[in-house]
Amino acid sequence: MSTGLLYALAGVVLFALGAAGVIVLAHLLRKILAFNVMGSGAFLVLVGLAQRTGVPDPVPQAMVLTGIVVAVAATALALGLARAWHARTGRGTLTEGEDRD
Amino acid sequence: MNRLARGVTVGVGVALAVALVVALLELPAAAIHLPGTVAQHLAQSGVEHPVTAVLLNFRGWDTLLEVAVLLLALLTLLTLSGGQAAVAAVEADPLLQGLARKALPLIILMAGYLLWAGAHRPGGAFQAGAVLAAGAVLLQLAGLLPAWAAPGRLLRLGLTLGFLVFLAVAAALLGQGALLQYPPASAGGLILLIEAGLTLSLGLILAGLFLFVTGRRA
Repeated sequence: MSTGLLYALAGVVLFALGAAGVIVLAHLLRKILAFNVMGSGAFLVLVGLAQRTGVPDPVPQAMVLTGIVVAVAATALALGLARAWHARTGRGTLTEGEDRD
Repeated sequence: MNRLARGVTVGVGVALAVALVVALLELPAAAIHLPGTVAQHLAQSGVEHPVTAVLLNFRGWDTLLEVAVLLLALLTLLTLSGGQAAVAAVEADPLLQGLARKALPLIILMAGYLLWAGAHRPGGAFQAGAVLAAGAVLLQLAGLLPAWAAPGRLLRLGLTLGFLVFLAVAAALLGQGALLQYPPASAGGLILLIEAGLTLSLGLILAGLFLFVTGRRA
């Protein structure tokens, strides 16, 4: 097993962890964090698979570079939306009665 | 969410992880050899580093659209916060302020170096822009730079400059037959021009994602 494949496998585990987190966690901040964990997992899969043969492939690396910057912007937007939601409703969750998470 | 639904979701998550791991282990070798294709065309791309060549030449329109996405995210954030006046910066630690003052010239130098290095080694507009944005955030946290209010004309120009330069180059090159196909002779210069604009704009946009939002509405 090459190091690249090991990275990709770790990425897959992170992705599934984040995906479950997005659904299970009620608080919006935690959902956004879980979403970021998912994204990091996807990046790790792309970068890991790109070098599993030993020669790094520049195309997925460029895609991940693009993706990281977009992920930062998307996270900022999500945080802004969560703030606006909190300012409007006073809640940190989307459904009522789940604030304890 | 009740305990049953929670348990089922976690179970599905574990199943997803196992399925993806199995799929990765069984993955066949790539049918096309992209690193070879990139290496083959690297000489006419105008830069020597394959990642920069992919980002700004072979897949330039991806990058163009990405900058548009970043601008869109910032515009949406600005719409959300409704252009209220920014709160004055808080009094901060003099040690942090001194450090930020000393670090700032180095941060700008580093951004310039990364921009220049992108042509032949890891680096480029995105890394340089991120370093610039980090510098602005550091200044804000140290209390040296107030949070930004609604952007004035100059800041608007700075935020969109990178995208506009990129778009102008793309429009000027439409005559070549394909989108963003640079003539090999001037590719290096055009890429540097685009990257310089992008560095400034990305730095401002990424900093804006923090500075437009921070300090407003307690």
